[in-house]
Amino acid sequence: MQLWLIPIFPLAGFVVNGLFGKRFSKALVNVFAIGSVLLSFAWVLKTIFGLGDLTTAYTEHYFTWIQSGAFTVNWDFSVDRLTAIMLLVVTGIGSLIHIYSIGYMAHERGPRHGGYYRFFAYLNLFMFFMLVLVLAANYLVLFVGWEGVGLCSYLLIGFYFTKKFATDAGNKAFIVNRIGDFGFSLAMFYIVKTFSTLDFGSVFSRAAGIPESTLTLIGLLLMVGAAGKSAQIPLYVWLPDAMAGPTPVSALIHAATMVTAGVYMTARSWSIYTHAPAAMEVIAVIGVATAFFAATIGMAQNDIKKVFAYSTVSQLGYMFLGVGVGAFSSGIYHLVTHAFFKALLFLGSGAVIHALSGEQDMRNMGGLRTKIPWTFWTMFCAWIAISGVPFTSGFYSKDSILLAAYHHAPWMYWLGTVTAGITAFYVSRAMFMTFFGRYRGHEHHIHESPPVMMIPLTILALLSLAGGYLFQVPVYLSGVFPPVEEIENFNLMAISVAFGLAGIAIAYWMYVAQPALSESFVRSVKGLYTLVYNKYFVDEIYDAAVIKPVVGGSREVLWKGVDVSVIDGLANGVASRSRDLGGVLRLFQSGNIRSYAAWVVLGSVALIVALGMAGGGR
Amino acid sequence: MSLLTVVLFLPLIGFIVALLVPRSSPQTSRVWALAISLVTFVVSLALPLGFDYSAAGEQFKIDTIWIASPEIHYYLAADGVGLWLLVLATFLTPICVLISWTSIQHRVKEFFAFLLLLEFGLVGVFVAQDLFLFYVFWEISLVPMYFLVGIWGHERRIYAAVKFFLFTMAGSVLMLAGIIYLYNRAGTFSYPAILAMLSSGRLTLSPNEQLLLFLSFFIAFAIKVPLFPLHTWLPDAHVEAPSAGSVMLASLMLKMGTYGILHFCLPLFPGASRQCAPWIAVLAIIGIIYGALVSLVQPNMKKLVAYSSVSHLGFVVLGIFSFTQVGLDGAVYQMLNHGISTGALFALVGLMYERRHSLAIADYGGVANVAPWLSTAFLITTLASIGLPLLNNFVGEFLVLQGAAIANYTWAVFAAIGVILSACYMLWLYQRVFYGEASEQVGSHLPDMNLREWAAVVPLIVMMVWMGVYSQSFLPPVTKATARVLDQAQVNVPFRVALPSRAEVAGAR
Repeated sequence: MQLWLIPIFPLAGFVVNGLFGKRFSKALVNVFAIGSVLLSFAWVLKTIFGLGDLTTAYTEHYFTWIQSGAFTVNWDFSVDRLTAIMLLVVTGIGSLIHIYSIGYMAHERGPRHGGYYRFFAYLNLFMFFMLVLVLAANYLVLFVGWEGVGLCSYLLIGFYFTKKFATDAGNKAFIVNRIGDFGFSLAMFYIVKTFSTLDFGSVFSRAAGIPESTLTLIGLLLMVGAAGKSAQIPLYVWLPDAMAGPTPVSALIHAATMVTAGVYMTARSWSIYTHAPAAMEVIAVIGVATAFFAATIGMAQNDIKKVFAYSTVSQLGYMFLGVGVGAFSSGIYHLVTHAFFKALLFLGSGAVIHALSGEQDMRNMGGLRTKIPWTFWTMFCAWIAISGVPFTSGFYSKDSILLAAYHHAPWMYWLGTVTAGITAFYVSRAMFMTFFGRYRGHEHHIHESPPVMMIPLTILALLSLAGGYLFQVPVYLSGVFPPVEEIENFNLMAISVAFGLAGIAIAYWMYVAQPALSESFVRSVKGLYTLVYNKYFVDEIYDAAVIKPVVGGSREVLWKGVDVSVIDGLANGVASRSRDLGGVLRLFQSGNIRSYAAWVVLGSVALIVALGMAGGGR
Repeated sequence: MSLLTVVLFLPLIGFIVALLVPRSSPQTSRVWALAISLVTFVVSLALPLGFDYSAAGEQFKIDTIWIASPEIHYYLAADGVGLWLLVLATFLTPICVLISWTSIQHRVKEFFAFLLLLEFGLVGVFVAQDLFLFYVFWEISLVPMYFLVGIWGHERRIYAAVKFFLFTMAGSVLMLAGIIYLYNRAGTFSYPAILAMLSSGRLTLSPNEQLLLFLSFFIAFAIKVPLFPLHTWLPDAHVEAPSAGSVMLASLMLKMGTYGILHFCLPLFPGASRQCAPWIAVLAIIGIIYGALVSLVQPNMKKLVAYSSVSHLGFVVLGIFSFTQVGLDGAVYQMLNHGISTGALFALVGLMYERRHSLAIADYGGVANVAPWLSTAFLITTLASIGLPLLNNFVGEFLVLQGAAIANYTWAVFAAIGVILSACYMLWLYQRVFYGEASEQVGSHLPDMNLREWAAVVPLIVMMVWMGVYSQSFLPPVTKATARVLDQAQVNVPFRVALPSRAEVAGAR
């Protein structure tokens, strides 16, 4: 089926635009950038329909990448139903976001050498790596995509590279991800140590025969990687800062695709996890804790993109909760629906920011519902979907996770349900502050975005509403993952829906009905609010506990201490001591280059003569 | 005439002719150096093309008596490791000529002459199979490097050159003592002959002898690598050296140390190697983390890259002392990778120095605004250096860490911290130099790369991608050679750590 064509199209787009885009017109850049992604999408569709029901994985071998003794890593791509879903999400949503970007980046000139082509080149490169990631048939090729998307994330977060906060955020993203990848790499080393291979097929088929302690270690190390990439506690700190990148990037990379790679990877490794229950328990706890923790921060943010960033962290937590409690297909289900509604929320907020010529602070918005109604109504669809309003996409997927969580441990269900309420609250708060009330900003020329942006929004709006019903992911994946008990519990479902609706209602009450109320509420819990508003000071704690000691210690102790004072001091001490002792030795250190050369020649000659005599005496 | 002889003596001829070029026409010196180094490179390509990839032993053998008494042979041969290191040397020399084209304006004739003499020494080191001949090349390479630093270096060049010379000389003397001792015991300088005697039992070394001999060789090599804590000559030498000197030093001279350890220490002294392995591995890991941390806080670009070399070379040493096939292959691959990517870093830093006349990071900022292609080249090199997949270093680092993990998982855990730290120091460097708004000085002094500079940089980038994507072009002869090293090293002591075969894994279920 020529699976390699799927990632190669965007790679070609990257190469062409990257090398020659500077000389292209915007239209020509678009042709290569969007055309390549559409071709890739078309090839995905052709592949999936061509391969039939895909009950077994279809693998293609290209060439050997690394071979050392008995250890071999091949360039292999493989497609099964899980991959098929990921391919559709990545290329489908990816295409929409590429198209949207034409409008969003239209005013982009960039510093001197033009940002427009650079933006699309990076975006195409991202598509390439993301597709490699999901097509990989072994851990190392997956890791190629894994690190590659991290690189593109770094480049796109720091896209406005003259701004220090943007490049700082890029570095932070890359380095925090590296910490996660540290765990991922160690997991791979242990897999090779245990299985002698990194191929998914052989590892998973043999996992059952491996001691549980080994699999638990591997599973936990993989989760370290997933926590970095998918922004889970304690490595979530990079994602909110990542919003420094252009908004389509936030939608594509930091909401719909890249950040879900950790969920995909852990779900892909289910054969390891099902034999390592302790590791799964850790995933579930991290997931639900992150979901709750990030949601609380989301309640107090004023930057519209920051709200959705914390929301993404929180929603990813739900996905890990699903994986951790063994409902792998529910986790993937939520991955898909989240891709619809969160991409829409970001693109919609991009349209708002676009309309307000760059304003991101919701305190300077308000009343936009009448000014940009089309944007409002599309975002409305995402709003009710993420709030879990019945029959929207988010409702189905979140519900199936929460039910599975209840089955595993009721407290996880309850925490997840409370989080659902908080989620509905903060999204509603953002929507009310943006679209309701009176306009508080200064921009006079508020305009609806061009069709090239509104059409993707509309498609995503439809998917947010109906996507959960249209794409019955758990049914499609039923043969991939171990079966979970079907649980139908109307009461539990009703409770979580009620929490969601209550969240909307409270937000309405605080931000529309009684706007003064929110301020007095904030005043009444000032200490707590400060804590949450400042994101629990986690960045500051990391800075004081890790970064400052490492940098300071390296400079003062290692470099100026050990290197300069101790080692060099010792070496210089030896040198000067010998100078004192033997005046003859001073001749060697005359600083005169010719005399050094002479000494070398003289020494060599003396040596050869001496050896000759020694040899002759034998 | 043997191919190796041709490749070896072309640079020497280049050196002699370069000395005859009249001082009044520096351009002739440049053109001659470029021409002869390119010819050497093209001729040297016949080696990998003519190499028999299915055979394990040394190839292109030539063995004639050079000095009758004591019997010193002109004995050259290349195994899969020496082969690539030799090609690396011939590949980088023309690049060094190109980056020195305009930056060297003073005593041009001597500069290029020394560069060619250095190439001669390096090529010899990687193919000499007679211990004495090896030592001669080892010292020959030292002299031109000493002059490159001492004459064309920056402000503190004399201090750096003397420090470099004394450190390496101290090691060399030890190694020479070891070589002479071995000669007295074996009656020959021929390395393969000594190995054969060891394996047949005609020559046995007591454990004490072995340990002392091992140390005499190892310390010489470890200084060259440099292994922590013998590394302090390196940052000074790098900072003071001209760009071409830094490139040759980092890319090739450091590899003399790791090549020596792999090629001589392990097969000759397997027992002592095993005995010392845990200690050396720990020093290597300290070097990996220490080098990275010190690199993080350097205010000078060249010093930063120099300390990063300490970190990178720590990976190489760790891979060697993992005694695994994977680790040894990774170590060799990492030698080549480091030669390419760190060579490129020094070359690019050199291009910036030529423009802005400063190595201080603080004097830069916003370079990406004014020199986008230079910035792109530096970015790709940075990414290669921090081990991004599809670029060369990743393959080497992965294999080294995998080998370490098989030998001792704890080693891999600590060594992998170096991979995190490499991202920290390189990306921070990149941010401070290339991102931000361009200052007045940066804006007016940093034009983008010209055609000559492109010609120097693009081959390096091509190699980064090639070696990262398709390592099978390079690894097969390396695997053959390292497997042989492991076999030779097993002669007296079995210590090879191997992966469980798939059958064993399946059987254990």
